[in-house]
Amino acid sequence: MATIFIDNVPYHVQDGQNLLSACLSLGFNIPYFCWHPAMHAVGACRMCAVKQFRDESDTRGSIVMSCMTPASDGTRVSIDDDDIREFRAAVIEFLMLNHPHDCPVCDEGGECHLQDMTVLSGHVYRRNRFKKRTYINQNLGPFINHEMNRCIQCYRCVRFYRDYAGGRDFNVFGVHDRIYFGRCSDGTLENEFSGNLVEVCPTGVFTDKTLRKQYTRKWDLQTAPSVCPHCGLGCNTIVGERYGSVRRILNRYNHELNGYFLCDRGRFGYEFVNCDRRIRQLLVKDKSGDSEAFLQPIEKQQALHSLSEIFRSGAPVIGLGSPRASLEANFSLRSLVGPENFYIGISDPEFQMISRIIEVLRNGPAHSPSLREVEQSDAVLILGEDVTNTAPRLALSLRQSVRQKPMEMVDRLKVPRWLDGSVRQIVQENKGPLYIFSPVATRLDDVATKTLQLAPDDIARIGFQIAHEIDPEAPPVSDLTANFRGLAANIAETLKQASVPLVVSGTGCGSIHVINAAANVTRALRSKGKRAGLSYTVPECNSLGLGLIGGGNISDCFQRIMSCSVNTFIVLENDLYRRAEVQITDQILNNCKRLIVIDHIMSRTAEKADIMLPSGTFAETTGSFVNSEGRCQRQFRVIPPTGEIQEAHQWIFDIMTSLQWDTLRHFSDIESIGELLAAEFPVFKPLPEVAPRSSFREFGQKIPRQSHRYSGRTSMLANITVNEPKPPDDPESPLSFSMEGYQGIPPASLIQRFWAPGWNSSQSVNKFQSEINGPLIGGDPGQRLIEPSASGKWSYFTDIPEPYKPQDDLWLMIPKFHVFGSEELSSLGPAISERIPKPYVGINPKDAESLGKQEGEKVAVAGENFSISVPVRIIKSLPRGIMALPVGLFTLDGFTFPQWVRIVRD
Amino acid sequence: MFSLLKGMWIVLKHTIRKRETVLYPEEKPIRSPRWRGRIILSRDPDGWERCVACYLCAAACPVDCISLQATQDEHGRRYPEFFRINFSRCIFCGFCEEACPTYAIQLTNDFEMGEYSRHNFIYEKEHLLISGPGKYPDYNFYRVAGISIAGKGKGESENEKPPEDVHSLMP
Ligand code: SF4
Ligand code: SF4
Ligand code: SF4
Ligand code: SF4
Ligand code: FES
Repeated sequence: MATIFIDNVPYHVQDGQNLLSACLSLGFNIPYFCWHPAMHAVGACRMCAVKQFRDESDTRGSIVMSCMTPASDGTRVSIDDDDIREFRAAVIEFLMLNHPHDCPVCDEGGECHLQDMTVLSGHVYRRNRFKKRTYINQNLGPFINHEMNRCIQCYRCVRFYRDYAGGRDFNVFGVHDRIYFGRCSDGTLENEFSGNLVEVCPTGVFTDKTLRKQYTRKWDLQTAPSVCPHCGLGCNTIVGERYGSVRRILNRYNHELNGYFLCDRGRFGYEFVNCDRRIRQLLVKDKSGDSEAFLQPIEKQQALHSLSEIFRSGAPVIGLGSPRASLEANFSLRSLVGPENFYIGISDPEFQMISRIIEVLRNGPAHSPSLREVEQSDAVLILGEDVTNTAPRLALSLRQSVRQKPMEMVDRLKVPRWLDGSVRQIVQENKGPLYIFSPVATRLDDVATKTLQLAPDDIARIGFQIAHEIDPEAPPVSDLTANFRGLAANIAETLKQASVPLVVSGTGCGSIHVINAAANVTRALRSKGKRAGLSYTVPECNSLGLGLIGGGNISDCFQRIMSCSVNTFIVLENDLYRRAEVQITDQILNNCKRLIVIDHIMSRTAEKADIMLPSGTFAETTGSFVNSEGRCQRQFRVIPPTGEIQEAHQWIFDIMTSLQWDTLRHFSDIESIGELLAAEFPVFKPLPEVAPRSSFREFGQKIPRQSHRYSGRTSMLANITVNEPKPPDDPESPLSFSMEGYQGIPPASLIQRFWAPGWNSSQSVNKFQSEINGPLIGGDPGQRLIEPSASGKWSYFTDIPEPYKPQDDLWLMIPKFHVFGSEELSSLGPAISERIPKPYVGINPKDAESLGKQEGEKVAVAGENFSISVPVRIIKSLPRGIMALPVGLFTLDGFTFPQWVRIVRD
Repeated sequence: MFSLLKGMWIVLKHTIRKRETVLYPEEKPIRSPRWRGRIILSRDPDGWERCVACYLCAAACPVDCISLQATQDEHGRRYPEFFRINFSRCIFCGFCEEACPTYAIQLTNDFEMGEYSRHNFIYEKEHLLISGPGKYPDYNFYRVAGISIAGKGKGESENEKPPEDVHSLMP
């Protein structure tokens, strides 16, 4: 703790920060541009000036930049002195010299940090009569709009894009007062985190292109806290809605999880909610007449009646859960059909891997770190995972972790870590240890100490050997080459020397051996007393949650259907064609007597449904999800109920109602379902407390989803009715679909927008944090469900796979994930689909040569249950005899990975 | 007694004063140009819709009776896809006109808006948009704004230098 004097009043602040963040933490308003809480200070904009005094007797003082001055004990400053005000007014006037007269057509307007800071610094009238500088814009692809005239040269964008996110195709150009921020020439920004420029840039240079198509100001968006549905990390987001469609996603700060940044899949993947594949009506297949059966609308009562008839008829009904549906929906379905009839909606190998991950995390001793802890690891080993493409935001954290080790140099030189310019000077190209073993080259390789591309089994073997080198108790890999053994010893040594080593692995290469090996490494490290972390990635937003609920194998489910012992098959938010090969799925769906699908997207499974119940997307659903860290989080719907769309658990509740169940009211809302879940599974005990209950009120009021300046209340619906209908109720949450309610800072898990008086942009997050870069006021959202038990009995995995040997005629087909394309829902949006690669099959150049195939030529690949013909893509890094098949890019996929396949020679 | 007589005198005086009331509707009252009556949307001197769908009028409206949706045409101009005013709610305060950065929305002299059905008070863009510039004949937002639209590239607005050549290293 240090004591600083601000205008002669003493304050206690945390040591080791700069004056700017200290003052902001205390709640003072100091204008700034170039400082960013995650990227720290470079002192470029001169906006954050304060007056510093030597001691009590010093009355003149001198102007310093608060972001460049340490808040050390005894510092005396004035933040509101006449000189300071004059200085800031002059600086902002200079920054505004060339600013265009754009605000009315600028997408940043109303949430513009430049507007806020200009007002804060008191610059009102333009005095400059000279001509303004202008620039030509660039087309930066489907995500980001570019309007360079608005730039104030704060350098935040390059510092984020290049220094923080490791992008290479964006830079600062020009000299003198003609500085330009953009690409060398027009073209799509390649980095997976480019969307953050929208929030990082304090002006309207970079704005959200998907929002632009249906532009709405921040104050007009109805917003709610949500959880990103596009990968297993569950980053926190704010979803904005207007006129019934989702308009944009913003980052929702969570100190432990995503911090200030999202990936582009999460930010722009929302467009599927508005796409024409959405199902908005209750449909049944009309089987009257023997012509093609087709789906057509039906009355709800009629549909429910026929559903209850089905249940009453006595024949068994089975249900298939979903890793992208909420815990509550899955559990309701499980209760409806009975636990013995509930099956896990993922492929068997994936289920096996998820169960193993849960088992490892539960038995410990390593704990699953949050993304913040990942950033603080000082040695990282990645086994078999292409993190950028499977859990993108994790890759951004890993990129920061390699800066941990070199920070020792910075500390030795007594340079504060927040002095970013100097820190980068000292660190130069030094990086902390990061080892990546993966089947193909990854986007993190540029910061890695060592990378090696191997077959999954070989990756596992190296992992096992590293574990053995750390702790001789762990089983050794006997027949490893001397090279690999040396490498393993090396890595083991580095991990042992680190203070918080981390192992990252996951389901990405489809091998349970890799998961075991990663467990062995952390277990060995823990047994040596290291605070090792173990981070597994999982494919979908509720994979872990579904795994924790558990159920039967999908293959058993298929068997039951094939043996015709099932009357009705209920599929919850799942596309079977992504879970198994076409031939199998076709057979299953043709064989099942009656198919009921509850989903929001017209998937290939839904097309075959006999009854189709339209459920809500993440924007229309309140529910809880468990992320790959084991953190349970609640998302809240942002679109009020429209038409026949209902949350999945509401449909199931309706079916239960029509069956006149006596335990009924327990399933009526997520809260009661949560209680049941908590009662049935000890692991879900914290579930009811994950977010404030629906009865929660702040000063007797609900938390409004609309801002206090929401416009058009008496006119939005006037074309339909002039009688201004009452806003829809939301009995399931403490949020309301209204602008009335508590407009102050709500509990962290209910934060629906970042706004504070005078702070209209997302920079206002500093008013919601307990201190700059600290947890949100009242603690971060979410509860960890899985902690390694102290008494956990763990042992080393000993099942070491045989080394991989290329086969003459057979190819080992492994999955290749793509950040854009491999995830089901985001791929349906127009912006993301522009970034999706064409289907291909990746092979090594030597293999291509021996096949006599050039890049782009088609080959016929045949596996156990499929045969496809796809163009070849030559991937240099791929080991020989291995074939990488992109996940999600084929219209019909659901391939089992890994499997041995043949190439049919022509 | 005296005050009673004085009162009577005033009353009598008023009976012979010039009348303030007019025989509406045969005779129309005179309204000053700043009268705040029926709202219109105007066009710029070139005949384009002035409104750039910035939502400021909607935000300023104390009864929230303006709603619109922004969109863009092929010339890069932003304009309202729909623009709706619920006149049964409007209090003719003129805040929208004051907030409008483009002089698009203007209050006019017309106050004769009586209707039998509330439904008829809902004015859509086709009811609001007039063919001229209204009270402000000269202003054209796009001539001052920095963004480019068809026919006006970067650096061609008022008070602008031609676009910088960022590849030049000359100081
Ligand atoms: S960047 Fe901000 S100040 Fe500049 S035009 Fe946009 S809204 Fe206005
Ligand atoms: S583009 Fe934005 S972030 Fe980059 S220097 Fe300009 S104002 Fe700053
Ligand atoms: S990393 Fe995953 S959870 Fe986070 S924003 Fe991206 S897709 Fe969403
Ligand atoms: S304030 Fe003016 S330009 Fe903006 S939306 Fe209203 S009428 Fe259009
Ligand atoms: S914020 Fe301190 S100089 Fe820019």
